[in-house]
Amino acid sequence: MSTGQEGPGGGGPRFGVVVFPGSNCDRDCVHVLRHVLGYPTEFVWHEEEDLSGFDVVVLPGGFSYGDYLRPGAVAATSPVVRALRRFARAGGLVLGICNGFQVLLEAGLLPGVLLRNRDATFRCAWVHLRVERTDTPFTALYAPGEVVRMPIAHGDGRYTAPWEVLEDLERAGQVVFRYVDRDGRTVPEANPNGSCHHIAGLKNPQGNVLGLMPHPERCSEAVLGGEDGLRLFQSVELWWRRDRAAGPERAHRALDLQDSGVGRRR
Amino acid sequence: MRASTQVPEWEAAGLRREEYQRVCELLGRQPNSTELRMFGVMWSEHCAYKHSRPYLRRLPTSGPRVLRGPGDNAGVVEVAPGLAAALKVESHNHPSAVDPFHGAATGVGGILRDVLSMGARPVALLDSLRFGPPEDPESRRLRDGVVAGISHYGNSVGVPVVGGEILYEDCYRANPLVNVACVGLVPSSRVFGAAAAGPGNAVVYAGARTGRDGIGGAAFASEELASSSAELDRKAVQIGDPFAGKLLIEATLEALQTGAVVALQDMGAAGITCAAAEMSARGKVGMVLHLERVPRREGGMTPVEVLLSESQERMLLVVQRGREEEVLRVYRRWGLRAEVVGEVTPEPVLRVYEGDRLVAELPPEALTGAPTYRVREEEPPNRRALRETDLSDLPQLEPVAALLRLLRSPSVVSKRAVYTQYDHTVQVRTVVPPGGDAAVLRLLEAPPRGIALSVDGNGRVSYLDPWAGGAGAVCEATLNVACVGARPVAVTDGLNLGNPERPEVAWELAGVVDGIADACRALEVPVVGGNVSLYNESEAGAVYPTPVVVALGVLDDVAHVVPAGFQAEGDLVVLAGSDRVSLGGSEYLRALHGRVAGAPVRPDLALHRRLLEALAAAAQEGLVRSSHDLSEGGLLVALAEACAMGGLGARCTLSPEFFGTRADLALFGEGPSRVLLSVPPGRYEEFAELCARAHVPIRLLGRVGGDRLHVSLAGLEFSAPVEELKAAWEAYR
Repeated sequence: MSTGQEGPGGGGPRFGVVVFPGSNCDRDCVHVLRHVLGYPTEFVWHEEEDLSGFDVVVLPGGFSYGDYLRPGAVAATSPVVRALRRFARAGGLVLGICNGFQVLLEAGLLPGVLLRNRDATFRCAWVHLRVERTDTPFTALYAPGEVVRMPIAHGDGRYTAPWEVLEDLERAGQVVFRYVDRDGRTVPEANPNGSCHHIAGLKNPQGNVLGLMPHPERCSEAVLGGEDGLRLFQSVELWWRRDRAAGPERAHRALDLQDSGVGRRR
Repeated sequence: MRASTQVPEWEAAGLRREEYQRVCELLGRQPNSTELRMFGVMWSEHCAYKHSRPYLRRLPTSGPRVLRGPGDNAGVVEVAPGLAAALKVESHNHPSAVDPFHGAATGVGGILRDVLSMGARPVALLDSLRFGPPEDPESRRLRDGVVAGISHYGNSVGVPVVGGEILYEDCYRANPLVNVACVGLVPSSRVFGAAAAGPGNAVVYAGARTGRDGIGGAAFASEELASSSAELDRKAVQIGDPFAGKLLIEATLEALQTGAVVALQDMGAAGITCAAAEMSARGKVGMVLHLERVPRREGGMTPVEVLLSESQERMLLVVQRGREEEVLRVYRRWGLRAEVVGEVTPEPVLRVYEGDRLVAELPPEALTGAPTYRVREEEPPNRRALRETDLSDLPQLEPVAALLRLLRSPSVVSKRAVYTQYDHTVQVRTVVPPGGDAAVLRLLEAPPRGIALSVDGNGRVSYLDPWAGGAGAVCEATLNVACVGARPVAVTDGLNLGNPERPEVAWELAGVVDGIADACRALEVPVVGGNVSLYNESEAGAVYPTPVVVALGVLDDVAHVVPAGFQAEGDLVVLAGSDRVSLGGSEYLRALHGRVAGAPVRPDLALHRRLLEALAAAAQEGLVRSSHDLSEGGLLVALAEACAMGGLGARCTLSPEFFGTRADLALFGEGPSRVLLSVPPGRYEEFAELCARAHVPIRLLGRVGGDRLHVSLAGLEFSAPVEELKAAWEAYR
């Protein structure tokens, strides 16, 4: 357990939670990572250009830079996102939640866009999600096809991409979470925002970048009505432990593992 | 800015002749035109509470938990050892009538900064809204605009909207009511205030730049609404920027951490004039202000415009001399403007310069020392007649049809379609989301404790009997908080009435305040602050006197939270509390018979207090499985809601000896201090004993179970499928 790398929160992967001006879930993420899970976790100011001290960087929800222009558009040009591209290229884990997902798309780290919800109103509710991939660093502790409950809270969550991109995503198995009903079916009523293919969360081909609209940090304690989000963060810890056990070839080994069964297009 | 050459300058500034004379006396000279405008806004009803202050003195404001009471920007009460909650409610009625989206959004922004001024981090918002009937497209436009404005601002700043109410009456058609409340948390030892102190200390302006928006907004809020003035008044409505608001919250909380800040206040109504005058007056000091240092959004602004601008997202701080840079640096790091614009002076004079030119020189106490007025109070004769209306000849309606219509009534129907537009889960505190009797937030700082919040008020009851409306609002809000298992510890009140210069409105104001005061005194729950909005009148007349009361309760352990809907088959259904009901002022009478008349039940405050205590004790001991207060629509609506929320039916028998002869009175009659509970059969005896000890009457009604609500009452039997009740209750328009 002890590696001499513990931060203030104890052992586990080192998380950096980015603070953009207008982020409003940064403190929630830090609460769960540091106080519920005991991982060493730091806030990372949006002007930071060095992310080398972290195993995982979280882009939290909120309205970065007021969501002016388009959600996530201004944040995608910030110094920390420039650093994040290098970090991701080097195999570091990146998790974008809600506005963070929007930032990842605007930054080109994931394909597609998030448009205004189908009914043009902000929606805060619990939704059911089907876990489509459990061979990612973020989902290993879920069962394949498992239906989980998580809260959403967004006005711009309608995932959209050209049909050929959607086909590629499906073929490559990059869809990680899909909006479903409680029985796991992709019925129209289960799609809260009109997302194409019911897409709620996506990974990059390598698997080290995940973006999702639902908020796992809001369902990591039973008192809040559900704990299904907790395993997402714990999966990261599991991945990190395996990775460290594997030695110096860490990132590549881990990513190769994720790449099995994934298309070779990119 | 003078309207015409015939109007004297003091009148154009919004003062009465005798007020102008009083200003001259206080100054020993005539004010110049800039000074006159400053008096105009500071002595407006909105800023000075000229008609309400004499009444507000009647409210009980102290208690062992109270750290700050009225007079500060928000009340502060201790909710756990070393942890305090700041709470405040504010109205934004007039701006919302003119521009519902921005009017409501800036209402949210303003109340957040009042709580922030106490050094507290805002953790919850609630909204209490009144509109004309939703069948009217204009009322719907106002409502949807207000909801969108609250959603826009609250979601963006990341403060959850955890509760609220929306009620509809004709009287709110042209004059909607938008009251927003905020709760923040702060360590008890770090509560800030707004009293300037320390001559030589710097006066720091922080936040967004100053523009020409909202000039004279406070004075505008103190007039009646004329439909023709809507366009002209648009410039009096401020435009909010939630992004700047969010930055201001984070930067200010960080600035307070430096230890260099002495005092702070939001620049809200009457802008920098009000903030500088009030902060100086509280500290019995003066200030020098240099307007040319105030960051501006546009060129060519006159001193008056800078002094009166109500541009949003601005704070005024007093900072220790020599440590200004520490504070300025924090704000600038967050991308906000921050400048030293003046300094604190020992003599109590506010001196305002534009460059070298002295534009105003006034004692702060004169600016904050508006006269108060007492108006003859008189109940209008037709009101008494209305209250004494004999309702015994009212035709009885078929109960199931009546129930379904009541559940669909806009004031009763579930507001899910509204609160899902508000982020209510951000900040990972929300244990009970909107939709129940009260919202519950856990206290991350003091686990396993939590706080419960509810906002309530019934204008129709207040119209018929102001005292019953004021006391009833306190009873309903505290009861909602008790239903989830909390003990109420404080309230804040928002009063919304018509033109107080009319004896009828003065009578309403007196009655409503007395009702609140008597209830709070009897329950030993202090009023730690509040808001008064007067002149809520349009060409169609005044709104109903509408008190809204926000209750704050404390739970020792959020694991003991009690839900509102039925939970388990076989549980016993119990009605606890008062037996007294009336059709007077009821939703049944208004929605189904089209009448607002009769005498509402006046609360029995001693019984109410016993009921609150019994509920908290029962929740703590796990004796009740669900708990839902009876309000609009009475017993049958409460039963239907408990079924709909829990997805379970119930079979109940109402014995005529307790429920009288009129079936509709028993089923739909309304009265305070009544709660519908479900109790596990194995715990019923214990529960009954607890209630007996507390002298709280209980009636066993029946059992939870099945998929229908079945009721029998003196030979009358009826039932309805839960699915049908649920569909009706969720038919939001």
